[in-house]
Amino acid sequence: MHDMSIALIELGLVVLALGLLARIAHHFGLSPVPLYLLVGLAFGHGGVLPIVKSTEFIELAAEIGVILLLFLLGLEYSAEELVSSLKSNSPAGLFDFVANFTPGFVAGLLLGWSPITSVVLGGVTYVSSSGIVAKTLTDLGRIGNRETPTILSILVFEDLAMALYLPIVTGLLIGSGIGTTLRLVGVALATVCLILAVALRWGHRLSRLIGRPNDEVLLLLVMGTALLVAGFANALNVSAGVGAFLVGIALSGPVAHGAQQLLSPLRDLFAAVFFVFFGLQTNPSDIPPVFVVALALAIVTSLTKFGTGYLAARRAGIAKMGSKRAGAALIARGEFSVVIAGLSVAAGGEPGLGPLVAAYVMILAVSGPILTRFVGVRRTPAPEVAAPVSTRT
Amino acid sequence: MEIHETPLPGVGTRYDFETSDGKQAGVVIHHTGRRELITFDRQDPDLCRDVVNLSEEEAETLAGLLGTARLKGPLKQLQQRIEGLTIDWIPILAGSTFADRPMGDTQARTKTGASIVAVVRGDEPFPSPRPDFVFKANDFVVAVGTTEGIRALGKILNG
Repeated sequence: MHDMSIALIELGLVVLALGLLARIAHHFGLSPVPLYLLVGLAFGHGGVLPIVKSTEFIELAAEIGVILLLFLLGLEYSAEELVSSLKSNSPAGLFDFVANFTPGFVAGLLLGWSPITSVVLGGVTYVSSSGIVAKTLTDLGRIGNRETPTILSILVFEDLAMALYLPIVTGLLIGSGIGTTLRLVGVALATVCLILAVALRWGHRLSRLIGRPNDEVLLLLVMGTALLVAGFANALNVSAGVGAFLVGIALSGPVAHGAQQLLSPLRDLFAAVFFVFFGLQTNPSDIPPVFVVALALAIVTSLTKFGTGYLAARRAGIAKMGSKRAGAALIARGEFSVVIAGLSVAAGGEPGLGPLVAAYVMILAVSGPILTRFVGVRRTPAPEVAAPVSTRT
Repeated sequence: MEIHETPLPGVGTRYDFETSDGKQAGVVIHHTGRRELITFDRQDPDLCRDVVNLSEEEAETLAGLLGTARLKGPLKQLQQRIEGLTIDWIPILAGSTFADRPMGDTQARTKTGASIVAVVRGDEPFPSPRPDFVFKANDFVVAVGTTEGIRALGKILNG
């Protein structure tokens, strides 16, 4: 068969498998991310049906997936929201970082990995999945709850922290020797600060420049801008996704709202391919040996995350029940953890990291939403909210 | 009545208040225009117990029912008499950028073609307000224009 035919058939099978699994995930109210990783494992090297001809396309599509993932995240926030959130929630955000970065970092060192790989693992355990958390809160009708602003502001802080963390890790991974690494990281951070300053100061002008064109024009203009900035950011070792994230923050008003609606389906497709790509690079047979480590790390970092949310909510004047809900809601890890680990895998880093993170994310992307559903929920006479594992106070 | 405004980064804004009989209630306004009408649990005050999801249109209708039911009769007749014109009242929400600002700042007629013909504050009507008329939170603006113009005006006032 012609190469093109094989590539198309392979892609068709992958996307079809994603669709079927997403349907199952949706049916059970679960995040599809772990199932997408499973698709990647199945079609990857050592999987049941290794693909060969479409890997180049999948690699590029995966990169676009990361760009769109972060771009749409940036679109959700306005610059004012970020600044005011940063001002009022820094203590909780910093505590979150220390409490959840440290377990991953220490685990990396204990596994005998390099300090740089350990920094990567620290990042993996640090960030909650804003995608999964927001989806779970919406599904459970908890957006209006009083603990929700606390949860959201911690997520905002993490997303902003990523804008600094990702360039630093990129610099660490490709730099050789302290001198070059410092220079790379310095240039990257300066670029981030510059784009962020421009976004905060002149973002509304960019939105006005785009105006209110029809959907097709808006889609192409916005997508082009995001890819272009992502490309330049990549050239400066800022990591393409962060460039796109900052463009997303710069855009506001009707442009941001319209772009969000138009790009969401594209994001869903390409981000799913990204998770597949991460799975592709992982050999399924490497997972069982690291599963116990992943489980232990998942348990420890569930507790540290729970503590983070609980304390932050208590500090914000939330009662004990609500604080428990806030703690449980933050446990889920997902897309960001995979993005961080993907940087290291792409740079040819420690081979044990991919399988460990795949298992870790699969555990917490599934258990996070389940814990959110049942922790901090009072047993009531209404049977639909009564749950076997709910805690009573 | 005291209304608390809480920003929900990435989602929208929550407004909550306590009614005179001690019930906690509120509204979540999403960036997407979706509204949630919520009431809080009595035993677990941080938990919203009932959530009513409203589209933008449903929210407007409900606001009309709640706010100005006594005007409903005459208005219906008015709408029947002038075809092709829409008349509507739009609340100035507590979070509106135009609360405590003069009407002229909205540039409503220039931007939307719709005219503000009256403002209702509590029970008191202010017919034909001048551009220097200062809006207050919870005022109702009575506006006449095309359907699109009225919708655009609503976005300007509370967007």
